[in-house]
Amino acid sequence: MKEYFVKYMLMAFALSSLFFLFLIFIFILFEGLPLFHKAGLKHIILGSKWAPTKGSFGIFPMIISSFLVTFGALIIGGPMGLSCAIYLSEYSGKRMKMFLKPALELLAGIPSVVYGFLGVVYIVPLVRDYFGGPGFSLLSTSLILGVMILPTVISISFDALMSVPKTYREGSLAMGATKWQTIYKVVVPSAKSGILASFILGMGRAIGETMAVIMVAGNALRTPLSILDPLRTLTSNIALELAYASGDHRLGLFSTGVVLLIIIMILNYIANFGIKKGS
Amino acid sequence: MKAKITVKDLEVFFDKNQVLRGINLSINKNMITGIMGPAGSGKSTFISILNKMLEFEDNVTIKGNVYIDGVDIINSDVDQVELRRKVGTVFAVPIPLPRSVFENIAYGPRLKGIKDRDELFTIVKESLEKAFLWDEMKDRLNTSALKLSGGQQQRLCLARTLALKPEIILLDEPCSGLDPISTAKIEDALSDLKKEYTIILVSNNTKQIARITDYSAFFYMGNLIEYGPTEKVFTYPANKKTEDYISGKFG
Amino acid sequence: MRIKPRIVDVFVRISLNLQAFFTVGILAVIVAIIFIKGSPYINLEFIISSPQDMGRHGGIFSTIVGTILLVLLSIFLATPLGVGTAIFLTEYTKESVFTKVIRFGVESLAGIPSILFGLFGFIFFVTKLKMGWSLLAGVLTTTIMILPTIIRTSEEAIKAVPRSLRIVSYSLSATKWETVKKVVLPSAAPGILTGVMLSVGRAVGETAAIIFTMGSSLRMPLSLMDSGRTMAVHFYILAREGISMENAYATALILVLSILSINILAYYIMNRVISKFS
Ligand SMILES: Nc1ncnc2c1ncn2[C@@H]1O[C@H](COP(=O)(O)OP(=O)(O)O)[C@@H](O)[C@H]1O
Ligand SMILES: [Mg+2]
Repeated sequence: MKEYFVKYMLMAFALSSLFFLFLIFIFILFEGLPLFHKAGLKHIILGSKWAPTKGSFGIFPMIISSFLVTFGALIIGGPMGLSCAIYLSEYSGKRMKMFLKPALELLAGIPSVVYGFLGVVYIVPLVRDYFGGPGFSLLSTSLILGVMILPTVISISFDALMSVPKTYREGSLAMGATKWQTIYKVVVPSAKSGILASFILGMGRAIGETMAVIMVAGNALRTPLSILDPLRTLTSNIALELAYASGDHRLGLFSTGVVLLIIIMILNYIANFGIKKGS
Repeated sequence: MKAKITVKDLEVFFDKNQVLRGINLSINKNMITGIMGPAGSGKSTFISILNKMLEFEDNVTIKGNVYIDGVDIINSDVDQVELRRKVGTVFAVPIPLPRSVFENIAYGPRLKGIKDRDELFTIVKESLEKAFLWDEMKDRLNTSALKLSGGQQQRLCLARTLALKPEIILLDEPCSGLDPISTAKIEDALSDLKKEYTIILVSNNTKQIARITDYSAFFYMGNLIEYGPTEKVFTYPANKKTEDYISGKFG
Repeated sequence: MRIKPRIVDVFVRISLNLQAFFTVGILAVIVAIIFIKGSPYINLEFIISSPQDMGRHGGIFSTIVGTILLVLLSIFLATPLGVGTAIFLTEYTKESVFTKVIRFGVESLAGIPSILFGLFGFIFFVTKLKMGWSLLAGVLTTTIMILPTIIRTSEEAIKAVPRSLRIVSYSLSATKWETVKKVVLPSAAPGILTGVMLSVGRAVGETAAIIFTMGSSLRMPLSLMDSGRTMAVHFYILAREGISMENAYATALILVLSILSINILAYYIMNRVISKFS
């Protein structure tokens, strides 16, 4: 009797995650989709003018900007994260690992607002002085996001590298390959899908980041034409205007949310699918 | 003499793989019944049927009848909790729960709803005495059970089973990891306990079976090859396989 | 000219080494900057007095209270829900389509960015359920947001409990729930605690999901229906609106120190568990 009660209660708990996911989808879609109907899919997705109080809901520049900062982050954080993961799994001794791994994971604990703030105070002026432009830019944003995705890239790549069987390495070393040749030709290719997944999850993290981006991106409503131009991402658009938006303006922000949600779900799906193929 | 357990045409399959083939035997009260046979012959499978522990394995099919005190535990709806109180188990490797000596032994009684500290203490003391462990443990009841030696841990597991106040005790190679002195202590305890309990001892140590059991069974590749009074099995084995096994030709 | 593989090897080793230390260096620099810039403004007064004049003067007491209330209440809700889910997935089901669907839900929830939680909490709790900007709306949103972390870490911790302990418990006449309660959960507790603490860290540092649900009122939240401000939100507003650099750095220092110490404690507990099992 009690056993059954417990079992069904736990089942209800387990179903709650699905229920929450469902609620999130329903409410964001419910608020966001009507405008697609009213203003037109093409107008929103491909329109380049965002003036929501005057009936223009184009978020094309923001979609582009979101992808640009994401790729920027990947270009910076991807190789760096992978190098750290390789160092941790292949080169560092046990004690070094015990120190480095938690230290690197602590980077994930630094709140995004702190990254954004330090970006404004240090990175933005640096970019302005050395490269020109306003400093609030694609470049600054990519630098900040590149660092922010490091923990994701490192920990998932590391797991993938660690799961490559020892015998692969021994086999290659026995054939006379150097350590680096072994890593480059045997270990990394074997861990390929996990490493790919770490990049994609890192992209998911970058494209979803909000507060840090608001602070360093400049939030201009134009498609950036150079890495020194300011830009506005999907996430910043929501966060900048949600507090005071009403009517169609608010619906426009939910439409922005719908686009973001779809991109995120696709990235997550690819990442999880990639990991499964690997293991 | 009345049979405590009666097994009829028992067959067990893991998926399509048959591991027990038509077992028939009766096990007597207040005796130690030994079960011997080479590894993989189905001994563990056989005893884990008697307290329905086998049902934790996936894809197992059981056919036939097993009566305990006249109740068919395979085909009737027995209460597993009640059954496991009646049929206690000691496993090959001692597995203490990560808690104190006292709490390990009180685990079963507490589940029964006994909360009174004195009552629990009495049960713990009695059980430890019966397992020949009281003298060593009486000042260490609050130490972690994980800190005991292997031999002590195994007697603790025996005491823990006794605390359930079972009628039948199953022991699956309880001495396989123990030194001769610890083994002797367990054997002494078992010889004492048979006055009150029905004991089934699985062992691949034929000398141990000969030493302390009253009846013994020889399993081989899922078949019950021979079953009878231990003295007879060891002096006039009816089957050539039994003779080869107990004389150490294989196993 | 071909460079000798051995020389490449040495070169790679050195550069990877530098790379790793450079990355750790980033962490060190961040912490150092915050510490150097923030510590001069931190004193007891700053911690125990509430902000005045939008945070230009005074301390951050009400935001500390806001943070603690938000985090404790969210953990209080998310822990039973998350641990319960993990128990269900590991102990009460075999892998099946059903568990796959639940896992898919958990993974998807884990991937949703904070701003979408904020957007959802804003429309559902704040607007549709008419909670307004309130502690309650913030707590419910945060609960959903941290749930996946608690589920995942609890599941790992529960899976690490040896099967033999469960078998022993059953053999001593315990039922499934008794076994879970008395054997599985106590053994998994340190691992579960690690997950809970990592979630605390996440909630303390969160801004996007909270600012649109709990709001940013500087008054001390006294009931579930009051709006309030967490330290992270306070820091964001101070920094973004340029209200006070001194107070921004000081707030950041307290924020970062609390998150780092929670996380370090979490890793410490986790390491002790790992060394216990191996
Ligand atoms: N869970 C299981 N799944 C599949 N086969 C099993 C399982 N448990 C035991 N077996 C098989 O059943 C046979 C008998 O095993 P067991 O009863 O453990 O033998 P014994 O205890 O005599 O060594 C062996 O061949 C073993 O491989
Ligand atoms: Mg066996």
